Amino acid sequence: MRNTAETIGRNALAGIAELGLAAVLLLESLGWLFTGARRRQPVRFSAVLQQCMDIGLRALPIVTVLSFAIGAMVAIQGIHTLAIFGAENQVTLGVALSVTREFAPLITGILVAGRSGSALAARLGTMKINEEISALTVIGINPVRYLVAPSLLAMVAMVPLLTWYADLVALLGAGIYVSLELGISFTAYLGELRQYLDNHDILHGIGKSVLFGMLITLVGVVNGLGVTGGAEGVGRMTTRSVVHAISAIVITDMVFTFVMTR
Amino acid sequence: MSAVIEVERLVARYGEHTVLKGIDLQVQAGEIMVIMGGSGSGKSTLLRHLLGLQAPYSGQVRLLGEDINAIPPQRLVELRRKMGVAFQGGALFSSMTVGENVMLPLREHTRLDESTMQIMMRLKLDIVNLAGCENLMPAQLSGGMIKRAAMARAIIMDPRLLFLDEPSAGLDPVVAASLDELILKLRDATGMSLVVVTHELDSAFKIADRIAVLDHGDILVCGSVAEVRASPSERVQALLNRRIQPLELNPEEYLKRLTGGPVSSGATA
Repeated sequence: MRNTAETIGRNALAGIAELGLAAVLLLESLGWLFTGARRRQPVRFSAVLQQCMDIGLRALPIVTVLSFAIGAMVAIQGIHTLAIFGAENQVTLGVALSVTREFAPLITGILVAGRSGSALAARLGTMKINEEISALTVIGINPVRYLVAPSLLAMVAMVPLLTWYADLVALLGAGIYVSLELGISFTAYLGELRQYLDNHDILHGIGKSVLFGMLITLVGVVNGLGVTGGAEGVGRMTTRSVVHAISAIVITDMVFTFVMTR
Repeated sequence: MSAVIEVERLVARYGEHTVLKGIDLQVQAGEIMVIMGGSGSGKSTLLRHLLGLQAPYSGQVRLLGEDINAIPPQRLVELRRKMGVAFQGGALFSSMTVGENVMLPLREHTRLDESTMQIMMRLKLDIVNLAGCENLMPAQLSGGMIKRAAMARAIIMDPRLLFLDEPSAGLDPVVAASLDELILKLRDATGMSLVVVTHELDSAFKIADRIAVLDHGDILVCGSVAEVRASPSERVQALLNRRIQPLELNPEEYLKRLTGGPVSSGATA
């Protein structure tokens, strides 16, 4: 009985320490981004671009495939369900809102967490066990400025762009199915989209995706820096970082949506 | 002669366990100080404190007259330009070539143009006998080459303080000897002060001006090679002469250990 209590207590403390570390890293990164240049220690733009390529550009193929599928799926389910009320032709409203507000940001976030969040954790974890982080420190290069800040900036720039792209492709996928199934023209579908979609909806999704990008980076970095125990440790923390990032995304999604719809 | 490194009453703890029990140490300018000790003596911890990678529980570490745990971060970065470190495993950045690795401190701390940095890099690679290897990736290097590349990166800024962690560990005797020669030549040519952590006795005796022997968190002896060799301390002599500590064998304890029964504090040294 006491063992359980101790374990819970210890894990709670460890969890809070991790949250604290994430907050500190976020503040430090922001500090470096805004004041680094003045201190002659800027965040390297080339590193940011490199990260943007990895996180954004290289994810385009998979985001395309998945968004198209998700869009079509929402349309299929929508039509099938609305058939109960005989209201199939209302499907565009459902598709537009659910894709832009929920599905696109969520699927993009989960995808980036799996791809780039794990890569970040693995990279930092491997560097840690190789003493590369210590090497950076003794050279006089702050590891947060060199490793965390570029990734954070790149994520916050790329994930919203990917989400917006996912919006487009998903709506395209849905549109193709809807126009085929309901026999309406694609132009008519687009017209309905313009009628039902509001800037609010799209910005709601994009705003969430900014948060998701930050979460993915911080979770990946905290887990990467916490690696101990060699290759097995790297594997364990990488897995943990993906699971935690996805959990954080889903829970933040719920809270954000609740707050925004009051 | 002024001390370039001063350690005053340094105490280091990991949780409840005290690893360094009040270390006092000084390294003079232009001196090669070898820190020796058995496993678990605290040498790596001491080195981490000297490098500013860990803050002491109590005590002071002063490099070039400045307390590294008290100065503002900007000042510490400027101080680090005058330090070079070669870690035990090399700690080369695996995503960059050898040349990029060696040039990184230059990119960071200076505004030299690309071709000048490359010339300096090739100069240093030549000094450590790695000429022509600048486009190799760390994964393509042998153990000795990794250590030498790490050394090149450590000396690229012509530091005043050089820290080497186990520079000859795992190297064959010939390569190790050439590394020792290199260390001596560097010191003679530039007047840098070196701290070398090692337990290779041959290297230590060859390069050291003074040797500090660490054991279980205390400095047993700190003096010239001759003084250390003549030290009356039992443990120092054991370390120097590779004498195995005699095992106190208690047959009852031994049997209890074998059969998995309860054991009072073990008989191992």
